[in-house]
Amino acid sequence: MVSDISKDMPDSKIPSGPIAEKWTKHKMDSRLINPNNKRKYTVLVVGSGLAGASAAATLSELGYKVKCFCYQDSPRRAHSIAAQGGINAAKNYQNDGDSVYRLFYDTVKGGDFRSREANVHRLAECSTEIIDQCVAQGVPFAREYGGLLANRSFGGAQVSRTFYARGQTGQQLLIGAYSALSKQIAAGGVEMYPRTEMLDLVLVDGHAKGIVVRDMVTGRVHSFAGDTVLLATGGYGNVFYLSTNAMGCNVTAAYRAHKRGAYFANPCYTQIHPTCIPVSGAYQSKLTLMSESLRNDGRVWVPKKAGETRRPRDIPEDERDYYLERKYPSFGNLAPRDISSRGAKEVCDEGRGVGDTGLGVYLDFAAAIDRDGEDAIRERYGNLFQMYEQITGENAYQTPMRIFPAVHYTMGGLWVDYNLMSNIPGLHVLGEANFSDHGANRLGASALMQGLADGYFVIPCTIANYLAGETPGTVTTEHEAFKKVEEEVSQRIHQFLNINGNRSVDSFHRELGLMVWDKCGMARDREGLTEALKKIPELREEFWKNVRVPGDNNNVNQELEKAGRVADFLEFAELLCYDARAREESCGGHFRTEYQTEEGEAMRDDENYAYVSAWEHEGVGKEPTLHKENLEFENVKLAVRSYK
Amino acid sequence: MAKKLQLTLKVWRQPSGKAEGRIETYDAKDIPVTASFLEMLDIVNEGIIADGGEPIAFDHDCREGICGMCSLTINGCPHGPGKGVTTCQVHMRSFQDGDTIWIEPFRADAFPVLKDLMVDRTAFDHIIQAGGFISARTGSAVDANATPIPKPVADAAFDAAACIGCGACVAACKNASAMLFVAAKVEHLGMLPQGKAEKDRRVLSMVRAMDDHGFGNCTNQYECEAVCPKEISATYITKMNRDFAAASVKEAVVTEF
Amino acid sequence: MKLLESFKQFYASSIGKKLLVALSGAVLLLFLLGHLLGNLVIYLGRGALNDYAEFLHHALHGMGVWIARVGLLGAVGIHIMATIHLAAQNRAARHSRYAYESTQTASKASRTMIISGTIILCFIIFHLLHFTILPNDLKDVTTAGHVRPDVYGMVVKGFQNVLVSLFYIVSMAFVCFHLSHGVSSVFQTLGFRSEKSADMIKWLGHGYAAFIFLGNISIPIAVLLGFLKF
Ligand SMILES: Cc1cc2nc3c(=O)[nH]c(=O)nc-3n(C[C@H](O)[C@H](O)[C@H](O)COP(=O)(O)OP(=O)(O)OC[C@H]3O[C@@H](n4cnc5c(N)ncnc54)[C@H](O)[C@@H]3O)c2cc1C
Ligand code: HEM
Ligand code: FES
Repeated sequence: MVSDISKDMPDSKIPSGPIAEKWTKHKMDSRLINPNNKRKYTVLVVGSGLAGASAAATLSELGYKVKCFCYQDSPRRAHSIAAQGGINAAKNYQNDGDSVYRLFYDTVKGGDFRSREANVHRLAECSTEIIDQCVAQGVPFAREYGGLLANRSFGGAQVSRTFYARGQTGQQLLIGAYSALSKQIAAGGVEMYPRTEMLDLVLVDGHAKGIVVRDMVTGRVHSFAGDTVLLATGGYGNVFYLSTNAMGCNVTAAYRAHKRGAYFANPCYTQIHPTCIPVSGAYQSKLTLMSESLRNDGRVWVPKKAGETRRPRDIPEDERDYYLERKYPSFGNLAPRDISSRGAKEVCDEGRGVGDTGLGVYLDFAAAIDRDGEDAIRERYGNLFQMYEQITGENAYQTPMRIFPAVHYTMGGLWVDYNLMSNIPGLHVLGEANFSDHGANRLGASALMQGLADGYFVIPCTIANYLAGETPGTVTTEHEAFKKVEEEVSQRIHQFLNINGNRSVDSFHRELGLMVWDKCGMARDREGLTEALKKIPELREEFWKNVRVPGDNNNVNQELEKAGRVADFLEFAELLCYDARAREESCGGHFRTEYQTEEGEAMRDDENYAYVSAWEHEGVGKEPTLHKENLEFENVKLAVRSYK
Repeated sequence: MAKKLQLTLKVWRQPSGKAEGRIETYDAKDIPVTASFLEMLDIVNEGIIADGGEPIAFDHDCREGICGMCSLTINGCPHGPGKGVTTCQVHMRSFQDGDTIWIEPFRADAFPVLKDLMVDRTAFDHIIQAGGFISARTGSAVDANATPIPKPVADAAFDAAACIGCGACVAACKNASAMLFVAAKVEHLGMLPQGKAEKDRRVLSMVRAMDDHGFGNCTNQYECEAVCPKEISATYITKMNRDFAAASVKEAVVTEF
Repeated sequence: MKLLESFKQFYASSIGKKLLVALSGAVLLLFLLGHLLGNLVIYLGRGALNDYAEFLHHALHGMGVWIARVGLLGAVGIHIMATIHLAAQNRAARHSRYAYESTQTASKASRTMIISGTIILCFIIFHLLHFTILPNDLKDVTTAGHVRPDVYGMVVKGFQNVLVSLFYIVSMAFVCFHLSHGVSSVFQTLGFRSEKSADMIKWLGHGYAAFIFLGNISIPIAVLLGFLKF
């Protein structure tokens, strides 16, 4: 079922006026809540990553009563912590021609013209304030000897606008947000619930008014009521099982909201990161990213001839193929992620891949070490080289690294309007969990920026547009809607524990992941997707018959936690494939082999696909309904994204 | 094909926080040397599940050494063999065929066991809440380059800020002291110009919060530094001692914070 | 009385107690050095040592020695009280021990401070009884018509008893052991250790401990070997 463009699409609430004034105008037009009244509103924030923690802290500073949830034992451990490379901001401290407009332009272009101009421009505007805020919190960004902030160029950008804190930018930013959150917790403004997993969303009269959670220590299923719910629960990359996400990253919160009516937008836009450490065996539980800042100094190559067996250092220069430099002379090794990833896949498909599995390419620092010295390279990437050695046992100062693409980020997410509210009134979605700013491909160092922009600057302003129309505290957990959802959640837990089948949860997750990677990974086609759409329900059926979840629900039960997440992935994977099949073009992270140029470049179809696909749930195993939000490009000219 | 190891595991099993715990023995068969330590446990758990048992519970999330969730004491050493690594970064190539490996939780009264190898480290969050922040309300910040910070200061602050809050320092300390954790935060913030305003108050209240949670005292043995996955130096403890002394004197004779 | 409240709070904190241990320890360390240098005067002969003892007893019209005694007693008292409190808290911080214990860097000395400390305490009591409170061997001598206590004689006589000497030497070994951790520890606790100075401080601590040890045991050994005669 495909509905007509925009007809039954909720209003995206994009303000009118010139692009550079929309956000200012919107802030002016947004409703305000009297400071005395703010404390009467309860905001439930699910997630304590950059988006969640920054939102919870800031909303609490404004006076709202905040309850914040995360599944880890501390809010400081959200997966934002793993971001290595950096965060973009249009500060133009380097005087190299950067500006808000250029960051906006680069992000729209980088997103392969599948994002909303207005949102992206707002993101670029907020970027500068983010850096100010983080420095004020004590985030130790890299500095020059003069004491001013240092920048580097990152992920396909031709200006140096990336701020970084060694290879631990995400960690430092998250600790900044976490400390702000901690301050508010101490002040009594935020109640924090770690080791608490949201398992469902509660709607009262069509509005999001609460959540049902499971206490991961005692197993207790209970609810929280609030005047609005914020989901900042991160991305769904773990649908592929192997990804650079943390083991616990999940789609549950977002998917449960989707099942309750929230539209899921562009799930097929998944980003494959080119510089990860290759898989070493079937037991592999996750993939580790090597920051792509490595590509600033490392050169990517494979042997020219297939089946090469010599050690990398023994292969002479003229028998090496520096394929990125060859194909994209101006961007070379810094070509955007999707292009670099596909490049690696192509050479491996040709049998020129390296390492035991043949699924890898070299990232070579020999030239940089010759040029700048080993110490300079150590200063820049020391911790990454160390990490590489820990995992592979190889010293990358002496022999090239082996890298391979891995699932890394998901651009898709719950559909939101300009206020970051989904089509369910009262349900706001922030950070990686929403779809809003990156289009079909996210540029490096832009996710941290988005998470913090959403949390520190956007939602604190836009939330009032919803809350001002609501009488605070009208709903409590006594409402029958809560009882009903709690009952459903408990029922499902009971079901998991009583299947008593023969296969572990992980074995299903692995199988699903392989299937999705195979059919809906770096390259997709109609045939494969159709096949996946047939196989996923079969696997799901087997799961519900044959999974084994030991233990009970009165205690910590990690298998039970995983079972809930995998059960949702087993449904979500179908949505992912539906979206990938419906989008008959190649753009950004979505590469359909049927739609490519003769040189193998992605072929976008702006005529027919310049829209956001927002999917409505119709029931498990049923084809979802597609709604389309038209994308208007008034400021950036649609162009073929060329990095030649 | 990677080499495989046959190992014996001695694992702390404790059904819940209230229950008694004990060491149980498991065989870990055919473990590839390229697997990580946690992947080894995954393999063992698969076997336990297949045999109808309850898998060994242990905390983990990022599995790349940054979230601070993983927390195993391996052969008496928090985070196991190797310098500057977390448990999830330990790989099986660090072990020999036939080895017996003891796996226990991070032990400290301030970190009560929740189940098997999982402990409750919320005491750390409470310490941060006591003052591990710079009060910078969102929106109130000046331009990021308004206050230059000399690179050595920024670097030293970073070295302290690298703490992942895993608690290995507590687990390794003979006295279950949290001084390295607290010092890292006190000094990260105290060194930066932005953090100076709250410096005295911060050190006093964080140290008091630490004491309230029943951590032990530092006896300058540097076990913490030796196991810290981020190799945070115990000289931050030195600095904190000094800052604490100065703040105490100020509080006693000059001003209340 | 606000000050007293502040002090109570200071003492209640772990770093507060630590600082007191270090300060009192530092006082005792300096005393040990002074004491040793004084003791070494014995090698200059009976007259010199007795001069020195007389000087000590008459300094500040006889007040000096009492000020020192009260100060030292206070230091020892604070040191012991605080270390006992610390040790008790440390035990209480980990009730369930590791089944597999291992140590990464902590020295034996650092792990047995309370034991070496207790032995030192026993020694101090014996030492004071022996040479200060019940100095059985202390006789007067007359030199150039001036009558005064023969400290030199007392020391030599005391050490001619092999058991006394042996106890003294063993005790000094424990003092040395205590100090091999204690000296560098003072720098750490009082905030004077840095990445760059850490090695030097460690070396200094060991050197100091060795110096105190060798200096002090040289005397009973010299007596036993007959270099210092009655
Ligand atoms: C290895 C890696 C490196 C990266 N490097 C960069 C980089 O250099 N620059 C950049 O800009 N971006 C980078 N990214 C992307 C970026 O880090 C993330 O997109 C971003 O941090 C996501 O933030 P978030 O707040 O939306 O979600 P997260 O940080 O993932 O937080 C999700 C939160 O939701 C909670 N949660 C999830 N599900 C539930 C549930 N069911 N119940 C309760 N709580 C739940 C979690 O506990 C957690 O607190 C990287 C990502 C990875 C994986
Ligand atoms: C000549 C006498 C003594 C000297 C010179 C001395 C010196 C020191 C010094 C310098 C320290 C290190 C302080 C620090 O941690 O910064 C120390 C620690 C210690 N001392 Fe003594 N000490 C003496 C007697 C004693 C006695 C009698 C005890 C009896 C209990 C004792 C018990 C301890 C203990 C347990 C510590 C370790 C404290 C800790 O690190 O927490 N000492 N001592
Ligand atoms: S699992 Fe995150 S640090 Fe080990």
